[in-house]
Amino acid sequence: MKPDPLAPELARVAAEPYYQPIGDEVALFEAAYRRRLPALLKGPTGCGKTRFVEYMAWKLQRPLVTVACHDDLTTADLVGRYLIVGEQTVWMDGPLTAAVRAGAICYLDEIVEARKDTTVVIHPLTDSRRVLAVDKRGELVPAPDDFMLVISYNPGYQSVLKEIKPSTRQRFVALEFDYPAADVEVRIVATEGGVADDMARKLVKLGELTRNLKGQGLDEGASTRLLVHAAQLINDGMAPVAACTAAVARALTDDAEMTETLNDLVRAIF
Amino acid sequence: MTERKLFEHELEERLDAVLFASPSHRSITRLATTLESLPRVQQEKVLHWAGVAAKTYAEIGYLLATLAPKAFELLDDEGFDAWVLSGLDAYDRFGLRPAMDQLRNIELFCAERAGTAVTRLADVEMRLARFVQGLSGRPLAVRAGQHAWTDTENIFLPELVAVHTSAGGNRRLYKAMAALLWAQTRYGTFSVDIEARLGEWADRERALGWLAVLEAVRLDARIAAELPGLAAEMAEVRGPWPEELSAAIAHLTRPEATVSDSLDLLAGFLSGGGVPPRLTFAGTLDPAAAWRVRAERIQRDTETLRKALATLKGMGGKRLSGEHAVSMAMANDGAGMEVRVDGEAVALPPNLPPEAQAAAQSLIQDLGEVPPEALTPAGHGQWTPTDKTGPGPELASDRDADHRYDEWDYHRGAYRRHWCHVYEMAVKPGEPGYVTEVAQRHGPLIRQIRKRFELVRGEDRMLGRQPDGEEVDVDALVDALADRRGGAEPSERVFSRRVRNERSLAALFMVDMSGSTKGWVNDAEREALIMLCEGIEALGDRYAIYGFSGWTRTRCDIYRVKGFDDAYDAAVRSRIAGIEARDYTRMGVAIRHLTKLLAAQPTRHRLLVTLSDGRPDDFGDEYRGTYGIEDTRHALLEAREQGIRSYCVTIDRQGADYLRHMVGPASYTVLDQVHKLPLKLADIYRRLTR
Repeated sequence: MKPDPLAPELARVAAEPYYQPIGDEVALFEAAYRRRLPALLKGPTGCGKTRFVEYMAWKLQRPLVTVACHDDLTTADLVGRYLIVGEQTVWMDGPLTAAVRAGAICYLDEIVEARKDTTVVIHPLTDSRRVLAVDKRGELVPAPDDFMLVISYNPGYQSVLKEIKPSTRQRFVALEFDYPAADVEVRIVATEGGVADDMARKLVKLGELTRNLKGQGLDEGASTRLLVHAAQLINDGMAPVAACTAAVARALTDDAEMTETLNDLVRAIF
Repeated sequence: MTERKLFEHELEERLDAVLFASPSHRSITRLATTLESLPRVQQEKVLHWAGVAAKTYAEIGYLLATLAPKAFELLDDEGFDAWVLSGLDAYDRFGLRPAMDQLRNIELFCAERAGTAVTRLADVEMRLARFVQGLSGRPLAVRAGQHAWTDTENIFLPELVAVHTSAGGNRRLYKAMAALLWAQTRYGTFSVDIEARLGEWADRERALGWLAVLEAVRLDARIAAELPGLAAEMAEVRGPWPEELSAAIAHLTRPEATVSDSLDLLAGFLSGGGVPPRLTFAGTLDPAAAWRVRAERIQRDTETLRKALATLKGMGGKRLSGEHAVSMAMANDGAGMEVRVDGEAVALPPNLPPEAQAAAQSLIQDLGEVPPEALTPAGHGQWTPTDKTGPGPELASDRDADHRYDEWDYHRGAYRRHWCHVYEMAVKPGEPGYVTEVAQRHGPLIRQIRKRFELVRGEDRMLGRQPDGEEVDVDALVDALADRRGGAEPSERVFSRRVRNERSLAALFMVDMSGSTKGWVNDAEREALIMLCEGIEALGDRYAIYGFSGWTRTRCDIYRVKGFDDAYDAAVRSRIAGIEARDYTRMGVAIRHLTKLLAAQPTRHRLLVTLSDGRPDDFGDEYRGTYGIEDTRHALLEAREQGIRSYCVTIDRQGADYLRHMVGPASYTVLDQVHKLPLKLADIYRRLTR
């Protein structure tokens, strides 16, 4: 296939991002990439989905285009639009089009947040056609072999408004993420947060206790990301209780009583 | 009011009026004599509160008046009110006898008030419950009891604690008690049959007392190993251990010590003849109750796990059947489970339902591992995670209430805590053809309603002249270019953007199913609901319909006709047809329950529409009249605080002068003719949500 003349220069992920594999997700992702299948990552917030994609982009030596989806995201925001320069209109590729042209990995984070009609533009990209239709230019952009589409969503949100349609989800190879097992999580918190194993173990214990409260006033327990934040604060010299209050308790809830409960748990551990 | 004291005969007359129902009525003359010496303000206070209390229970009113002179000696005016309220509160929560005790014990009440360091369980309950939930990971409820103990599923704590001079100290004591009881369930105090071992000792009570103390020592060390912060706090609450325990401490704080070590040490302490030291935070043991509850739980968890395994095809790549030796135990790091098939570790099947995973965890906590019988898949059968046992919905009063709600008592100016018992009931489906028949009869009307509703439906719109957007707005661009040619500054707003006018709305209709709706009103309600549903279906709003009825505060029934997630299908239609006149109208509690459901809806606007045929009413005199109106008013105010807009539609031929006070202006409609309801209700809804 001839290289697309409009293909932009996209930066690669330069340094190896830290990622701790949990199961066979790396091998699965590589296989999906080789077979040109799109991937769907599901899992709770802060369990490492985004980091995983960064890691895979580095490993596969592809540029990475990440789009954080929100509820006002339109098709034009993904595909592109005409801008006005002087007295002319100039076409401007959106991130998805740019990624397709460049043969990048395009990561649509929290896809369920996007408007329902928006997700339909990715359909032709995710089956054997592998093309992106740019309606306004009347152009069909074929995806090169090294292009890969990755989407993610958090099935933990109970909202009926935030569900992924079967017609969309049934196009993807699905990889499930969850908070890692305790010893793996300790390693992650210790490495990322720069704290000793002993401190990391305490933080992971706190994570477990807060996850016990899921559904009892908390929508989600503390994610690995929050634990890493707490570890980083501690590494920077904050007292553990203060660090956990700021990075975990207050980050999890606005409810005063719940915050107190979480602080009780924090103080129980330190 | 004049300042003149009331004389004995005047007092007698007024006491007679408020206390006529009291069995102690005959001694009112003596009562009047004792009250004669009080100043007029105090006399009026006594008469007022006696009247209020007598409405709750006549004998409490009488007791209160008898004790009043003594209470006034010990308490100021504010204290007197608080004393009365504490007695009424005790009645609501625990019944007559505790209420009488609470009132009689004025000295204790004074001590509590003076020290201010009285901490009630009710104030810390929620925080403690979440705390132990966080620690334990399996349900462990916090409840009020005579003393601190646990049956391994409930932690019972005393109603109030008045040990420390500061409230903070008392709260820490509560926390220490709860933590130690949690530790009993977590670190295997009941993992051996204590009751059997206790048989060795003649003085069972003393043995049990010593065992509780020894276990406290052992569990304290276990907590210190895992939760050092909590252990430090507990150490502060308890102070140093008594001297006599020092030998035992060395033995019991070893990490491998178990309850058997505590039991082995008993002999030494019992032969010494010493009385076990009283540790305020240690609680007591009831091994028999705990053993029973534990056995039931193990049975239940085993069943749950077996049923779940039966639905799995296999585990770790092997088919599950009797031929493989499957074992599950706590992983070495103490976190998570380790599953072995024929001695080989395999991953826990990710498709094991969460209920089954919880059951396995719970079994490991109880037994140290999952027993082999729990790992034999059950025979053929449906996996039913919510296998509730117990009587059917018709026997509501025999099962525990699904929810309890506070109720506003305007006499007291305070809430009665957990006063109303709510049961969620099923509506018996009515005639299947009813809805179709009504829809056909009112066909033209329904078409008209639908058309009107469609007009307010949210649509996508293109917004022109935006600074940013998906398309160029050609009109705006031409203007901008013309401006530029002409030398004026061109506008940057040359794009158009699509916006959606979303109707982010959830509506809940609360339908009166009281006995008074029998006949015309009930028919009108059902027809109104059918037309409404037909209309709202065209709009696409989220809506729900619940019926309510009841018979006194202990039987407040809520009937789900259509939940928010139910589609308007045959089942819902037959439930609408099945709405029937039942008992009474205790409105406040229904509003509170439905408010909770509505508040959980993820929409921007929430609307509660109540449909009734008159003022709130319930069996007995208590709720009728002002009490019910004030309670309903308070329930609606609470709903408003949660961002819920409410609207009342009432069919009342006598007019409804109370409505303005109860629901506020511009929040209600009174219909004097029943047959107007169907058309009117749809119209009201459209107007409210336009």
